[in-house]
Amino acid sequence: MSLLTIVGLLPLIIAGIISVLPSKNNELIKRIAFAGSVIVALASLFLAIGFDKSNTSLQFVQSNAWIPTFNINYAVGLDGISLVLILLSTILVPIVLLATWHESDGGRWSSKAFYILILVLETMMIGVFAATDLFLFYVFFEAMLIPIYFLIGGYGSGNKSAAAVKFLLYSLFGGLLMLASIIGIYVISGNQIGATFDLTQLATLKIDNRTENLLFLGFFIAFAIKAPLWPFHTWLPDAAKAATPGTSVLLLGVLDKVGTYGMIRFCIQLFPDASKTFTPIIITLAVVSIIYGAFMAIGQKDIKGLIAFTSISHFGFITMGIFAMTSQGMSGANLYMVNHGFSTAALFLIAGWMIKRRRSSTISDFGGLQRVTPVMAWTFFIAGMSSLALPGLSSFVSEFLVLVGTFTRYPIAAVIGTIGIVLAALYILIPVQKMLHGPIAASNEKLTDLSLREKLAISPVILIIILMGFYPKPVLDLINPTSEKVVVNAGYTDPVAKVVK
Amino acid sequence: MLTAPSLSYALLAPILIVLAGAVAGVLVEAFVSMVHRTAIQLTLSIGTLLLSLQQLWRIRDQSSTTAAVNSVTIDKAGIFLQATVILLALVAVLLIADLDNFVALASALPGSNEEQSSLREKSKQTEIFPLFLFAVAGMMLFPVATDLITLFVALEVFSLPLYLLAGLSRRRRLLSQESALKYFLLGAYASAFFLFGAAFLYGYAGTISLAGISAAAGGANDIFLLIGIIFVSVGLLFKISAVPFHSWTPDVYQGAPTPVTAFMAACTKVAAFGAILRIFYVGFAESQTIWRPIITAVAIITMLFGSLVAIAQRDVKRMLAYSSIAHAGFLLSGVVALNKDGLAASLFYLFAYGFATLGAFGIIALIRDSSGEVSDLNRWVGLGKKSPLIAATFSFLLLSFAGIPLTSGFVGKFAIFSAAYESGNIALVVVGVLASAIAAFFYIRVIIMMFFTDPVNDSVSVIIPSIKSRVSIIISAVISITLGIAPSLLLTTADNFANFIK
Repeated sequence: MSLLTIVGLLPLIIAGIISVLPSKNNELIKRIAFAGSVIVALASLFLAIGFDKSNTSLQFVQSNAWIPTFNINYAVGLDGISLVLILLSTILVPIVLLATWHESDGGRWSSKAFYILILVLETMMIGVFAATDLFLFYVFFEAMLIPIYFLIGGYGSGNKSAAAVKFLLYSLFGGLLMLASIIGIYVISGNQIGATFDLTQLATLKIDNRTENLLFLGFFIAFAIKAPLWPFHTWLPDAAKAATPGTSVLLLGVLDKVGTYGMIRFCIQLFPDASKTFTPIIITLAVVSIIYGAFMAIGQKDIKGLIAFTSISHFGFITMGIFAMTSQGMSGANLYMVNHGFSTAALFLIAGWMIKRRRSSTISDFGGLQRVTPVMAWTFFIAGMSSLALPGLSSFVSEFLVLVGTFTRYPIAAVIGTIGIVLAALYILIPVQKMLHGPIAASNEKLTDLSLREKLAISPVILIIILMGFYPKPVLDLINPTSEKVVVNAGYTDPVAKVVK
Repeated sequence: MLTAPSLSYALLAPILIVLAGAVAGVLVEAFVSMVHRTAIQLTLSIGTLLLSLQQLWRIRDQSSTTAAVNSVTIDKAGIFLQATVILLALVAVLLIADLDNFVALASALPGSNEEQSSLREKSKQTEIFPLFLFAVAGMMLFPVATDLITLFVALEVFSLPLYLLAGLSRRRRLLSQESALKYFLLGAYASAFFLFGAAFLYGYAGTISLAGISAAAGGANDIFLLIGIIFVSVGLLFKISAVPFHSWTPDVYQGAPTPVTAFMAACTKVAAFGAILRIFYVGFAESQTIWRPIITAVAIITMLFGSLVAIAQRDVKRMLAYSSIAHAGFLLSGVVALNKDGLAASLFYLFAYGFATLGAFGIIALIRDSSGEVSDLNRWVGLGKKSPLIAATFSFLLLSFAGIPLTSGFVGKFAIFSAAYESGNIALVVVGVLASAIAAFFYIRVIIMMFFTDPVNDSVSVIIPSIKSRVSIIISAVISITLGIAPSLLLTTADNFANFIK
C-alpha cells in the first residue's frame, strides 16, 4: 500500500472513529477531528519529503483492480502538480477546523455529523487529485458533491438550501456531460488499444478531430462550471454567501481547484489538438472572467460575495495561464492555485470572524476596525494585499508568471488581464478603507480582537503568504518540471527563453 | 395421431415449482382455517421460491432450445433473468406479507357495512400469496419463451394476477380499484396489439418461433414484418411503460397497495425487459434496420418525458412512477445497443434497479399518519429529523436512481451507456446523460424536503417496521450499496450469463 493511499484513507478512518463516539461530547469530537487532521497534514508532508523532484514521472503509484469487467483500477500516483494541491488540502483542513471551532454548533445537525462530513470530504479531495484512473477520478469528482452539499445546506446561513441545490445541480450537470465524454473515450480506447481508463494510455489515442472536439467540450464544461469560469459561475456567489466560512474556504480554496486541475490533467493531456482549437475561445472567456469578476467584486455590498467574485477573477487568471501553453504560464497557474487557496482561506476565515462578531456581513456596517481590533484588521489587510498581488506577498509571483507566460503568446489578453490587477486594487482597497479605517462605526466599539485559538489558526496562513511571496522556490521546484512536461506533451515549445529561477 | 411432446422437466422445474406452489396456495385457501393461513401461505411462498432458486442453481450451466418442444429456450441469460425475478420476489414477498396494506375483504364494497364488519373481524385476504406466485411463474416464463404464443400466454399469466393485486389496497380503495380497472383495460388493449402483431409475423414468416422469424427476415413483403414488429413492440412497450404507452403507470403505481407496486415495479420490469431483449436480440436482430430507429426514438422520448414530467409530481409514488418510465428509457438503450455488452449491462441494470426499487417502495410503505400511508411529498418535510436512518436510506436509494457514483445505479448507467456508445448510438448517450441531469433535480428535491426543511404539524411519521419489511429494506439497501462499491462480482456474472441461444 502506497503512502499516498494511507494519507488518503486516514481522514476516513478518523471519521469512522468519530462516528462511534457519543454525539453529546462535542468538545471531544472536535479535538479528535482536529488532531486527526493535523496527523493527516503531517503524513502528507512525508509525501513531499519523499517526492523526487527531478523525476517527472508519477510517484507513490499504486494500482489495484477494482472493477475488472471494465478494466477499472484503483490507481493513484503523484506528480508535482497533484502533490502541491494535496498539500494545500491537507494543510487547509486543520486550519479551517481550528479557526471555525464553533461553526458547527448552530447547524441543523450535530457537530458530529459536521466533522464526519469534513473528514470524508478530505479523503475525497485527496482522492480526486491522486487518481490516475479516469473512472476513479470521476467517482471522487461526483461523490465529493454530496458532503459539500450537506455542509452548505445543513450548516450554512441565509438561503442555504437553495444555494446548496444550485451548487449541486450545476455540478451534476457538468459531471454528467463529462460522463458522456468519459464513456466516449473509454469506448474509443476499446477500439484502439483495449478498453482502459489509465490516463497515460488514454493520452496515446488517435481520435478524429470532430470526436475529439466534442469529448473535449464534455470535459471542459464540467471543469469550467467547477472552476468557475464566466459564464458558468453563477452558482458560486450564492454558495459562498450561504456556506459557513470554513466550508467556503474548502469550496473555493480546494474544490474549485479541481476544475483548473482537471483542465491541465485531462483537457490538455487527453485532447491536445482540441485544446489548441478551443484555446482562443477559452482565453477570451478567461479574460472576461478576470474583468467581470473584478467589476462585480467592486460592486458587492456583502463581504462574502466580494470574496467570491474576486475568486472568479482569480480563476480567470489561472485559466488564462493554463491555456497560454507556455511553461511560465503553466507554472504560474499552478502556483496561483496554491496561493489563491491560502489567500482566500485567510480572507474568508477573518471575514467569518468579523461577521460573527458584528452579526452582519454588509461591508458598510463595519468601520474603524483597525483601532478596535488591530490584530484582526492587520491580518485581513495582509490577506487582502495578497489577493491584489502586492509584490512580496505570494499571489504576486504567480500573477506575474501567468501574465509573462500569456504575454509571449497572447499579448492582447495579457494586457487586458493587467487591467484586472488595477481593478483588484480597487476591490480590495475600497473595502479595506471602509472596514478597517475611518471613524469607528456604531456598534463596532465593543468588538473583541482575535482569541488565542484564532491567532493560532491564522498565523500559519499569513506566514505561508509572506514566505511564498519572498521565497516561492520550494513550491516552484515541485511544480516546474511537471508544468514543462505538460506543455511539451501538448506539443508546444516556449516562444521565449525559460524564466530564470 | 397425437404424439406426446417431449419436455425436459429438469430445465422447466424452476417454473413448474412456482406454479405448483401457487396451486398448493389455492388449496391452502380452501382447506386451512383463517387463523393459520397467513403464516402457512408466507412459508409456502418463501419455500417455493427458495426451492425454485435451488433448482435454477442446479441447471445454471445447462441450456436447451427444446426444453418444451420449441416453445421455451433455457439459456444463460434466461437463467440469470429467472434468478433475478426469484430473488426480487423473495424480497417483495416479505413486503407483501405485511397484510395491513391490503383490503380485509376484497368483495366488500368500499364504505359498506360488510367492509366495516370485515375490518372489525380482522379478516385477511390471503389469496394474495397464490396470486403473487402465479405472477412470479408468468414472469419466469416470459423471458425464456421463444414463440409468440407462449410469450402471449406468459404475458397474460403474470398480468392477470397483477390486475387483481393492484385493486386490493386497504386505504383509498376507490382509487385503487380505479387504477386496477385502468391497468386491466389498457393491458387488454396492449395484449390485443401484441396478438395482432403476432398474426402479421406469422403471416410473414409462416412460423411463430423467434428463430423462424429471424431466419425469414430479408424475404419479400417487408411491410408485414414491419407491421408485425411494430405491433408486437407496442404490446411489450406497454408493459415496460415506455412513452407513449406509459399513461397507466403513475395511476397504477399510486393506486396499488405499496408492496404490490414494489413487486410490480421491480419484477415486471425484469420479466418484460427479459422478453424484449430476447425478442429483439434473437427474433428481430436480422431486421434491425427496420426497428432500431423506432426504438431509439422511443428510448429518447421515454427518457426525456419521464424525467421532465417527474419534476412536476407532488406524490412520491407518482414521482417514482415517472422515474421508472425514465429508467425504461435508459434500459431501452441496452436493447438498441444490440451487442453482448448491451445485454450484460441490461442484466446488471435490471438487477440493481429492481432492488433499489423494492427498497424505496418498502420505505414508502412505512411513512404514515393516523389514517394510513402518506405519499404526498409536502408532508414528508422534516422526515430526516424524525427518523434520520430511514430518511438517509431513502436518500441513498434516490441517489442510486439518480446515478451518483458509488451507488449501484451509477454502475448500471455507466455500463448501459457505454454499450450504447459502442454500438454507435452517441445521440442516445448524450440524451441519456442530459435526462439524468434533469432527473437528479427531483430526486434531490425529496432529499431537501426530508433534510433541509423543518417538520410541520401535520407532517408524517415513520411506523416501526415489522421484522419482515425491515429485513427486506435492509437487504435492498445493502445490495444497492454493495453493487455501488464492489460491483465486479455481479458484473462478471452478468457478463458470463449474457448469452441468448437461438
